[in-house]
Amino acid sequence: MSALILRNGRVIDPANNVDVVRDVYVSDDKISATPAAGARLVDATGCWVVPGLIDMHVHLREPGGSAKETIATGTRCAARGGFTSVVCMPNTSPPADNPGTIALIRQRAEETAMVNVYPTGAITRELKGEELAPIGSLKRAGVVAITDDGRCVQNNDLMRRALQYAGMFGLPVLDHCQDYQLSADGVAHEGHWSLALGLRGWPALAEDVIVMRDILLAEDTGTHVHCQHISSGRAVRLLREAKRRGVPVSAEVCPHHFTLTDEWLKTFDANFKMNPPLRSEADRQALWEGLTDGTIDCIASDHAPHCPFEKEVEFDVAPFGIIGLETELALSLELVRKKILTVRQLVEKFTVNPARILGLSKGTLSVGADADITVIDAERDWVYDVGQSASKSRNSPFHGWKLRGKAIMTIVGGKVVWEE
Amino acid sequence: MTTVQWQRKDLVGIYELSAAEIELVLDTARAFKQVGQRAIKKVPTLRGKTLVNLFIEPSTRTRTSFELAAKRLSADVINIDTTASSLVKGETLKDTAKNLEALNADIIVIRHSAAGAAHFLASRLRASVINAGDGAHEHPTQALLDAFTIREKKGRIAGLNVLILGDILYSRVARSNIWLLTKLGARVTLSGPATLVPRQFESFGCRVTYDLDGALAEADVINLLRIQHERQRRSAFPSIGEYSTLFGLTKERFARTKPDALIMHPGPINRGVEIDSDLADCERSVILEQVTNGLAVRMAVLFLCAGGART
Repeated sequence: MSALILRNGRVIDPANNVDVVRDVYVSDDKISATPAAGARLVDATGCWVVPGLIDMHVHLREPGGSAKETIATGTRCAARGGFTSVVCMPNTSPPADNPGTIALIRQRAEETAMVNVYPTGAITRELKGEELAPIGSLKRAGVVAITDDGRCVQNNDLMRRALQYAGMFGLPVLDHCQDYQLSADGVAHEGHWSLALGLRGWPALAEDVIVMRDILLAEDTGTHVHCQHISSGRAVRLLREAKRRGVPVSAEVCPHHFTLTDEWLKTFDANFKMNPPLRSEADRQALWEGLTDGTIDCIASDHAPHCPFEKEVEFDVAPFGIIGLETELALSLELVRKKILTVRQLVEKFTVNPARILGLSKGTLSVGADADITVIDAERDWVYDVGQSASKSRNSPFHGWKLRGKAIMTIVGGKVVWEE
Repeated sequence: MTTVQWQRKDLVGIYELSAAEIELVLDTARAFKQVGQRAIKKVPTLRGKTLVNLFIEPSTRTRTSFELAAKRLSADVINIDTTASSLVKGETLKDTAKNLEALNADIIVIRHSAAGAAHFLASRLRASVINAGDGAHEHPTQALLDAFTIREKKGRIAGLNVLILGDILYSRVARSNIWLLTKLGARVTLSGPATLVPRQFESFGCRVTYDLDGALAEADVINLLRIQHERQRRSAFPSIGEYSTLFGLTKERFARTKPDALIMHPGPINRGVEIDSDLADCERSVILEQVTNGLAVRMAVLFLCAGGART
């Protein structure tokens, strides 16, 4: 029996058009209209009280990659970062291309997770891009979307059939947009810095071509396509035009892409190596514009843990990806301070927008809704020490960064899973 | 002589160096070149120090040059090449480096196929790290010896038109040369097929042109680069024949260059591809002098980084 009174916080609930200072009550696992007897009183004065944040793109590495992360450790990162729900990607080992693996992930989440875990299933068997995975069975097993994330289906005909088929179940298709011919063996954004550092270039065009392909396929099939971790300015423009025409597409962006540029590669630190790669200043500004005008619907971390020994190697051979759940909120709050997003827009991109895309009954503080709540001190100054991370991995480029804004309480189903 | 002090433990690239630091290396190399012309060519500068030539990518002339430079400075030299190295057994570069440090190596000269490998070692080791070529990133001693040769032949670098011709995209020699020559005030022009010489290189402060004949006519120095087949992941031009026709230094093209234009090449030469075979041996070719000067420049670099010149 949990009961809480969150007193006097700035309650921001875009789903209900609310932005007022008031109390929020939790009774058992739901938001309630009135305080329950014996409730714990939490003074939220000066803080934001928002629907529990949703990160629709994380890698929890379980099963098969538990040296890097587990559902237990990854969801602890999520709780610390203010996230009450995460959507995990299917590139596990074995991959989540079958109902058995989905059942295992859900069972492990039930036993060990600190926040809600929503699994996704593969588009193709073994993520090979050759034949369809059993999408109907995956849906029945409880996936919220399908994706070959980490890989991209190159065969346009197969992708079209995947969209037609997924459309029967109302499943959105999340796509990692990368044309392999164009990205080839690139490790860095093709531009001034890849040339200066002698790193093999990966043109933004590799993303643009697939984003355009996905727009055409979404238009053709009517199935919703969500473009993951958009990094290219031209891709933002293509998505903006498509949305204007009413094509069922959406997009997410990662904090590292709107915070960093490829200039950081001059350190040759593999913690700046990710897929897609960090891009140019012009791309970063185009991402900001896409965030402002709503072309980009969501912010997601692409939390991708790798062991220290895997990352501490020559840049060329290091794996792609960084952890991000613990730094995501603070880096995104910077967008509000830069006037790129309003407070409401920021909250939308972490709550109602991902909930809408994935069809989750989350992302609101309506009375009767699940009591998933994040309390944020937007002015809290802190320094990120990756050595203290809840993750099993340490691959963050933001170690030692002075950040502002932090989740000081994360509540999942009425239960406080993180506070400081 | 310049008055700048050398403060660096390592030489990982030209990009980080100031013009004054570059001049200091070149001036120091001039003194070491004189040592090489004496009957007794050895000086005790690095006596008792250990230099490891860690070559994780094949090389003959650069490794030999560093080895001889170290020996002339009285250092003890160990050569580790890629086939003998434990790296092929799966040991990481980090572990190799730690092992070398445990053996108290003073200087590590590294050649590696990955850009940033020298940075990687330099930031982790107490030993001096000298970059002998890292992927397509930098080859600082090559650029220094090229500059030394140009200065010796032309008396200056500032104001000269230097044409770098060929595979720029995959060339560490080109990058180090561009940084060095522009820092010292030369005008650098790049030419070659657009797939290997993208316009984006103009952001380095040099000029890119596909009008080879125009560029040749203005050039005081012509630096030819080899096609780096080993780094090219897919064909950047239709055939060697077409490359040679469009961008090779033929006798006809050579006849239209300035009468005192120098021909340089970092080697190894593909005779008949980027340069006509006879031209490689002609009197305006300084290709072998580059090799001689390389020794003096590498002695200077070893001396500055590890020989007690640092304060």
